Amino acid sequence: MSSEHGPAVRGPVSTAPAVRVEGLVKCYGEVVAVDRLSFAIPAGRTTALLGANGAGKTTTIAMLLGLLAPSAGTIEIFGLPMPKARNRLLPRMNFSSPYVDLPLRLTVRQNLLVYADLYGVPAPYERIAELADWLDLVPFLDRPTGRLSAGQKTRVVLAKALINRPELLLLDEPTASLDPDTADRLRTMLQDYQAERGAAVLLASHNMPEVERLAQHVVMLKAGRLVAEGSPAELLERFGRVDLEEVFLDIARGRARDPAPA
Amino acid sequence: MSQATLALRRIRGVFRRHWYLLTASWPRMLDLVYWPTVQVILWGFITRFLAEESSLVANAAGIFLSAVLLWDVLFRSQLGVSLGFLEEMYSRHFGHLYTSPLRPYEHVLAVFLIAMIRVALGVGGAAVLAIPIHGFWIGGVLGWSTVLFMAVLMAFGWSIGLMIAGLVMRLGMGAESLAWAAIFLIQPVSGVFYPIDTLPGWVQAIAWCLPTAPVFEGMRAVLIEHRFDLGLLLHALAMLCLWLVLGALVYMALFRSVRRRGQLLQTGE
Repeated sequence: MSSEHGPAVRGPVSTAPAVRVEGLVKCYGEVVAVDRLSFAIPAGRTTALLGANGAGKTTTIAMLLGLLAPSAGTIEIFGLPMPKARNRLLPRMNFSSPYVDLPLRLTVRQNLLVYADLYGVPAPYERIAELADWLDLVPFLDRPTGRLSAGQKTRVVLAKALINRPELLLLDEPTASLDPDTADRLRTMLQDYQAERGAAVLLASHNMPEVERLAQHVVMLKAGRLVAEGSPAELLERFGRVDLEEVFLDIARGRARDPAPA
Repeated sequence: MSQATLALRRIRGVFRRHWYLLTASWPRMLDLVYWPTVQVILWGFITRFLAEESSLVANAAGIFLSAVLLWDVLFRSQLGVSLGFLEEMYSRHFGHLYTSPLRPYEHVLAVFLIAMIRVALGVGGAAVLAIPIHGFWIGGVLGWSTVLFMAVLMAFGWSIGLMIAGLVMRLGMGAESLAWAAIFLIQPVSGVFYPIDTLPGWVQAIAWCLPTAPVFEGMRAVLIEHRFDLGLLLHALAMLCLWLVLGALVYMALFRSVRRRGQLLQTGE
């Protein structure tokens, strides 16, 4: 299913971007976490948001979700301004992150029922059964979420992230701390979901093979600034490298041949 | 689905989250009834002793037990609201909640509902236990005014609970103890166990700015003078309205600050 430098796009793809960010800035006092960031996330495709720790990835995702107010700049999602149109946009989006938990004392089924209510999911029991079957969660549905393994918890968070069939899915390090087998299965699930739904996915990851497998578009940040953008194939060609790991290291260590954004 | 139905479902979602947590944990259930019951048992025996020594206590049956139960309505209501938010901080859950379509006011309404249930289970349980232990039923001595007094105190607890929740969200878990301690700042000026005119003049002025002072004065009017003082109730309602508005404004300001500073993603221990 993958081409030489990344996956083939499956499912419907619109040419209008799902997300357009212009001149985004976030300051915490004197510290500039995100600095005049502009990029677009194409509809129906996976965009990888890359950068070293502290590059501004999580801050950018938090602003896209309306969790954090930008200091300056604009965000448009499906043509609507975020955070102003938050109430219209959030039902069409969802999110997962290893840094945000679901209540650990609630069972998997209870957590998913809570989120089915929060997203107004029609026929919630059927949707939960469908997700549990697809994500192999049936044996754990009535177990407290806190008693699951890391891989099982990640699948539960993914089930929560997919419960409303989002058109825009923001995933912050979705395979962090997973073993290779579980991570591979999860990536396949994400590809299948995108193929079925035609959703736009923003993937923040430090795993370059994962990015090469899933992403058709890459946005690279350094110290809150955009330093490179394009398809994986374009970036490899521009930096004269054979894999994204080397491109990432070139940028992180300041030895980029062409640091200018595409 | 209409917008109203969706809003009700979101409120039900948050309610479900707390209901599942409460009903799955016997230590939480025990904690709800433990202190109100201990207080009722203790003050019941103090009342029995003082009734032999004091004509006031002898004539105003249940003056202390009524005060203890009414105060616990306020305390449990405030604690219920504060805990509704603290539970999300303990479980690092705000990031998921506030990336869902949940509106802050829906979250607050759901937490008020669960706080009401906590009050009903905790104080209601203690009030029922007082019947076999001390032969005391609060509805029997205060009559229908019990409901009015409890309603005012419960709503005042929401207001204080909301302000404390906002403060803890803004200041972090280091301020967690405010949830248990802050309400006792107003106990000395609320006239729970003694009349407001016992206080120095300038403290009385502060006391009458709270809905608690007219409620507990009203309670004593029923128990000692056997009359319901409508003026005190109206005073309590007026102060309650002010405090509810103040609570909402303080919470909204703190919530905006928390959102601006990115703390919704970073809450937790």
